[in-house]
Amino acid sequence: MRRLLVTPELGALVGAVVVFAFFAVQSPVFRSARGVANWLDPASTLGIMAVAVALLMIGGHFDLSAGVLTGTTALTVGIVAVEFHQNLWVAIAVALVLALGIGFFNGWLVTRTGLPSFIITLGTFLMLEGLNVGLTKLFTNTVTVGGIDDVPGYAAAQWIFASKLAIAGTEFRIAIFWWLLFTALATWVLLRTRFGNWVFATGGDEVAARNVGVPARRTSIALFMTTATAAWFVGTTLAVRLTSVQANTGVGQELIYIVAAVIGGCLLTGGFGSAVGASLGALIFGMTQLGIPYLHWNADWFYFFLGAMLLLAVLANRLVRRYAEAARR
Amino acid sequence: MTSPLLELRDVGKDYGTVVALDGITTTVRAGEVTCVLGDNGAGKSTLIKILAGVHQPTRGEVLLDGAPVTFGAPREALDAGIATVYQDLAMIPLMAIWRNFFLGAEPTRGWGPFRRFDAARARQVTRQALGEMGIDIRDPDQPVGTLSGGERQSVAIARAVHFGARVLILDEPTSALGVKQAGVVLRYVAAARDRGVGVVLITHNPHHAYPVGDRFLVLNRGRSLGSFGKTDVSRDELTRLMAGGAELDQLAHELERPTT
Repeated sequence: MRRLLVTPELGALVGAVVVFAFFAVQSPVFRSARGVANWLDPASTLGIMAVAVALLMIGGHFDLSAGVLTGTTALTVGIVAVEFHQNLWVAIAVALVLALGIGFFNGWLVTRTGLPSFIITLGTFLMLEGLNVGLTKLFTNTVTVGGIDDVPGYAAAQWIFASKLAIAGTEFRIAIFWWLLFTALATWVLLRTRFGNWVFATGGDEVAARNVGVPARRTSIALFMTTATAAWFVGTTLAVRLTSVQANTGVGQELIYIVAAVIGGCLLTGGFGSAVGASLGALIFGMTQLGIPYLHWNADWFYFFLGAMLLLAVLANRLVRRYAEAARR
Repeated sequence: MTSPLLELRDVGKDYGTVVALDGITTTVRAGEVTCVLGDNGAGKSTLIKILAGVHQPTRGEVLLDGAPVTFGAPREALDAGIATVYQDLAMIPLMAIWRNFFLGAEPTRGWGPFRRFDAARARQVTRQALGEMGIDIRDPDQPVGTLSGGERQSVAIARAVHFGARVLILDEPTSALGVKQAGVVLRYVAAARDRGVGVVLITHNPHHAYPVGDRFLVLNRGRSLGSFGKTDVSRDELTRLMAGGAELDQLAHELERPTT
């Protein structure tokens, strides 16, 4: 019982089942195979980010620049490929290097200064938001980069990032499978590698972790770079799937990632959480986002619902934490 | 008698012009407990930091196995077999006992990208290592935060012993604990001693130090009031020394009810 209660994803699992049942009972479209493929799609791109953000949060940090970074990478892919006439894969590689650089910069600045990552990444968030619009206008004279599908290398990239797989006659976007793979990978890393142990320790008590020889600083930087890599993956998926990218892509998404991670059981103070939980949080988000229009409700209710879920989740997490630390003295 | 594991000869430490510690001489032997006693500000923390490699002494010598050593960093002291269990314990409350036990020294299996934390072995070794010290935990998967203060100290001691500590420095292990919990911790201090570890027990409580100690170093305002073997000093003398001897008599006199 004790072990079950301190499982971070338990609350999100219950939440996901309740939300699914709620919509499935009332809407035949929602529970059809096509409906499932539809609501898994927004859950997948959000889920890939939420998993990376969850790892970072377990490690004790936030990344507010994660959302806008999906836009930065998508725009980079577009601008390098279309405006500089490069092969799409070259553009994708350039975007990856850029993302890793930004992730490293975030992590390096946070560990170097000891300032809250909230403030540091708020700074990079705003800088990137400005750069995204400014540079896009500079290169294209508009706020959009288009024509990505006319670039050499598109067919292969389309196959990797934006194809659809048919299962029993229903087409599922490939991002869904990437999402499942990344969730499994992150879970394995967290629970079954030395690095995973260091992530929990760094987020749980950084000073104590350092005292026993955990390279806390390197762990934090690696986590910021992981988040940036996830942003690159999602940004590339957007660019290849939509073939044109708006300059404001991703802005505002950073909070949704954090909401999904928290619904999934991550503590805001770090040291506790799970990748599966974050994915369940993203699943709840996807089901609600499409379930509400399926029931012909006003879409405004979506955010009310999301906020209520978040509050419930933090209250539940608070109880779990208290329980886990009950006999501290 | 065995030759000393660790020996301090006239060790002193200045912070700028402030003399924090001066003329400290004592020995730590394998299978013995050396207690460092002193009131707040007596220089106990400075002494730990020198032994743990956080600070370097300004004067005097530290000898390990008879050879002079200087530790530039905590890691060097640890590699030489000197482990320090700090008051804040270096444990992560939200993590399972077995994860904490191996934190920073995780056993792995497999190779390349498949190199992974050998969780099964870590669980089993944790249970076994704690068992050898006579510590009975219900479930190595429970978070350290659910343990009592005494249990946590015990796990920290067992961890240091398991990872091959020859000298174990305990910083006030009993200060925040109740009587019963303090007794539990002292029992594990004795268990570590019986396994041949040289223990340095820092405390301000002579009642905790006397039953388990073999040698007593009393500090007052950075100076040594003497280093005694157990046969040379009684518990009452130790208490009097710590409290500043004559000062305590004076205080007792002042607090007496006036007899009219």
